Amino acid sequence: MSELLNNLLFDYTLRTVALGAGVLGILSGALGSFAVLRKQSLLGDAVSHAALPGIALAFLLTLSKATLILILGAALAGWIGTYFIFHITRNTRIKNDSALGLILSVFFGFGLVLLTYIQKQSYSNQAGLDKFLFGQAAALLQRDVLTMIILSVLVLSLLVIFWKEFKLLSFNADYGSSLGLPVKKLDFLLTGMLVIAIVIGLQTVGVVLMSAMVVAPAAAARQWTERLGLMVILSSVFGAFAGISGALLSSSISRLPTGPTIVVCISFVVLVSVLFASGRGLVWTWLREQRNRHKIKIEAVLSDLYILAEQHGSIERSHPISVLRAMSIGHGGVDRSLGDLKEKKWVEQKPDESWVLTPLGLEEAKKLFDGKNKIL
Amino acid sequence: MSPQFEIQLIAVVVAVACALPGVFLVLRRMAMMSDAISHSILLGIVLAFFVTKDLTSPLLVLGAALTGVLTVSLVELLNRTRLVQEDTSIGLVFPLLFSIGVILISRHAGDVHLDTDAVLLGELAFAPFDRLIIFNTDIGPKSLYVMGSILLLNIIFILILYKELKLATFDKGLAAVLGFSPWIIHYGLMSLVSITAVGAFDAVGSILVVAFIIGPPVSAYLLTEKLSFMLLLSTIIGAIAAVSGYWMAHFLDTSIAGSIASMIGITFSMVYLFAPDKGLIALARHRTKQRIEFAVEMLLVHLLNHEGLPEAERECHRNHLYDHLHWEEDFIRKILKNGEKKMWLRSEGDLLYLTEKGRAMAQESMIT
Amino acid sequence: MVSYSLFGQEEENLNSKKLAVDVADLTVAYRDKPVLWDVDLQVPSGVLLAIIGPNGAGKTTLIKSVLGLIKPAAGRVLIYGKPYAQQRGLVAYVPQRGSVDWDFPTNVLDVVMMGRYGSIGWIRRPGKNEYQLATEALEKVGMIDFMKRQISQLSGGQQQRVFLARALVQDARVYFMDEPFQGVDATTEKAIVGLLKELREAGKTVLVVHHDLQTVSEYFDWVMLLNVRKISSGPVDEVFTEQNLRLAYGGKVAFLTHHTHQGND
Repeated sequence: MSELLNNLLFDYTLRTVALGAGVLGILSGALGSFAVLRKQSLLGDAVSHAALPGIALAFLLTLSKATLILILGAALAGWIGTYFIFHITRNTRIKNDSALGLILSVFFGFGLVLLTYIQKQSYSNQAGLDKFLFGQAAALLQRDVLTMIILSVLVLSLLVIFWKEFKLLSFNADYGSSLGLPVKKLDFLLTGMLVIAIVIGLQTVGVVLMSAMVVAPAAAARQWTERLGLMVILSSVFGAFAGISGALLSSSISRLPTGPTIVVCISFVVLVSVLFASGRGLVWTWLREQRNRHKIKIEAVLSDLYILAEQHGSIERSHPISVLRAMSIGHGGVDRSLGDLKEKKWVEQKPDESWVLTPLGLEEAKKLFDGKNKIL
Repeated sequence: MSPQFEIQLIAVVVAVACALPGVFLVLRRMAMMSDAISHSILLGIVLAFFVTKDLTSPLLVLGAALTGVLTVSLVELLNRTRLVQEDTSIGLVFPLLFSIGVILISRHAGDVHLDTDAVLLGELAFAPFDRLIIFNTDIGPKSLYVMGSILLLNIIFILILYKELKLATFDKGLAAVLGFSPWIIHYGLMSLVSITAVGAFDAVGSILVVAFIIGPPVSAYLLTEKLSFMLLLSTIIGAIAAVSGYWMAHFLDTSIAGSIASMIGITFSMVYLFAPDKGLIALARHRTKQRIEFAVEMLLVHLLNHEGLPEAERECHRNHLYDHLHWEEDFIRKILKNGEKKMWLRSEGDLLYLTEKGRAMAQESMIT
Repeated sequence: MVSYSLFGQEEENLNSKKLAVDVADLTVAYRDKPVLWDVDLQVPSGVLLAIIGPNGAGKTTLIKSVLGLIKPAAGRVLIYGKPYAQQRGLVAYVPQRGSVDWDFPTNVLDVVMMGRYGSIGWIRRPGKNEYQLATEALEKVGMIDFMKRQISQLSGGQQQRVFLARALVQDARVYFMDEPFQGVDATTEKAIVGLLKELREAGKTVLVVHHDLQTVSEYFDWVMLLNVRKISSGPVDEVFTEQNLRLAYGGKVAFLTHHTHQGND
């Protein structure tokens, strides 16, 4: 462990990769929260794929592999793809998911055409363009990470500045419009920010996996809180955690590619959140149900004893367990319930193993019936 | 058969095989599921490979198909917890499965030609080289036969279950009530998609499978209202894209699959713009026509209301249209021309009057 | 400015500046069919108006096109004499409850404070003043105890009250509400009606898309009958007649006899 931390601080490559992955995690976590809340979960997938032709064209036009240039190309293509998706869904009866799939695959295919063309033309420095496709975190340079950090700071500042406007936009855009909010422009801005976040992450995890980075941290964070601000922060933290852990794990275990490892980490976080988050978590829900079921059974046995006591006119008469079991046909668990009731001192077991209500138990049973029967 | 021809044939077979289930995916709003499945079957292929140690084993197809179904089940499971939105579930499941697949490859099969490039991209150009040899006779490229059988499977499935598919897609509740379990149809369709995706993998790669599955059906969607036509048109459009894509790749010396996907995009764009009734151009023309027609009707009603009344001279004056209705000068001209052509109104100088027909028209408008 | 209802009756010659809402020739089409056709509406200040009509009559479309959320094929809207776009500060909108995802991570107070975003402007955060206005509004709708409650835990009636409070903090002069009584319990309904009447007493103008014909005369003083076209609009006593209802609903209103006024239009 300490060796790992040591490496983290002093190993140039590891440090760079971890930093890059961490930045990616923060940014995609933050903006992914809004994407998910605005029902744009799969837009990340579409934009990642649509970015390819932008990258290829940016290279073709400038013959430069500078990260910033490629990012700009990718962002432009991603943005154009988003615009087409919006245009198609608004003007025809084609639904959102079909538009996403169409743009995703067609743009990507076109990007491939360009990429293959570039490869065939054997430009001197084209090797590594397809690293953008699959993410080659290990190939991250310090200045790449610097570019990422600068862009992230910019995007996150915009998020802070326009926080309340974005919140309103995501919650109730029509109402925002009635207040005078320039809804279309804000939508454009927020989507644009998402595109940049995605494009920045492409280098690290690649096209296929970027959609997970947009969606998973936010999905996990949502399980833990009902407050938007906290959700965005948690989402960023989860994203960063997955990014850094992924980088660390893949550096210490051989032949473990970084991108997929990051995705496995964040999926793990999602799993834990879905199962264990207080309140919503599946495990807690299941436990609650079990507790309730148990409570119902105890109450059933208690009220059965009460009914028996009523019939006989007194609580002195004790009843064998077989009678109680007969009354509880289909519910079961009578023995256990009696055990619990005995602990609470609501029932007593006679020497002959039959059961009787105690005065305390009588009180409790009466509460159950709450004024329905006042014979005893 | 020349390699050129074989490649085109395979491409057409892939296109048609994908378009058929694609139509139903599009109609069921499950288009992105094809994206999810086509990525996650990588895991199935890898696991099956570990079992058989043979890249050419048909067990791979089975493994992949099962993973496809697994993907769908996991997504449903996640949806059912209602802790996560529908779209989100898809975006969570397939990257995880894909990642596991890639990690497994990396760790245990690094030297086998099963790298992510091939998986995602495929390369049709190599298809003719992998021949199917039975009894020492070379009867053609293997992919052709594999895809051909899958195509046959798809056709049979759709032919036999046509009315069930139609019903379950349109009205799941009714289908269930009538005794056709929508779940069986659903999983059946998804298995079909998985099998098709696996078969097409080798030739075109995951992402372009998506292009084939969604592109042609979506174009057909804009061209017809009948399911049977949509199926037919999708296959035709897919085939056209396949062949034209091949020739584009030939002349530009570039990726065949990528070119075909681009052609799918181009055919879609043309349909998008030029489709009768539903294309953009048709819609725009219709909108303009509608604006004018509405305006003429409104004018007729307006004239009817003011006819014969003292202020008629002011209200029925041409210039008043600008004041009262805020219509620009050339819009006014267009409307008057339209109305006069239809013989609903006439103008004397700057005043407007209804004709007999016009009055009847106006009265009719008011009642409906 | 003269305007006509369907029967060629002359309505009052009203100076448009005094009109809270002045809609003329509003036409909205969706694909092939008109959803609103040549709709005129003139609403004086200080009136509580119900917009009624059958399903698909265009009631929500009317509100949305007035507020600029839908682009009309023709027509114009004036609020107190000026185009709506210049008068946003005077108008408050209460959308349908179903138009929002109540699973959004936010609480009651936060939603109400959103009503002040228009006046706070960019960048600034809601401050003490906004907090005070929000809590006052919440008191008025009886939701002050729920201030920090997550909106996913609210009942239908509570959700409606929160939306109302959000509109109240805007301190507008004209309120547009879309089906505020839909799916709301009796107590909440009474409370909301009380609030609306208070608004009217304070000189505000309130336009409400309403679905329950039985309560129109009890709750509202003006009514507009809409079915793609305007059938009629005006004071309830004059306009809420069987004949008009029949025109609007096409003969489906047999049950209403003692709630309408037997006018002789």
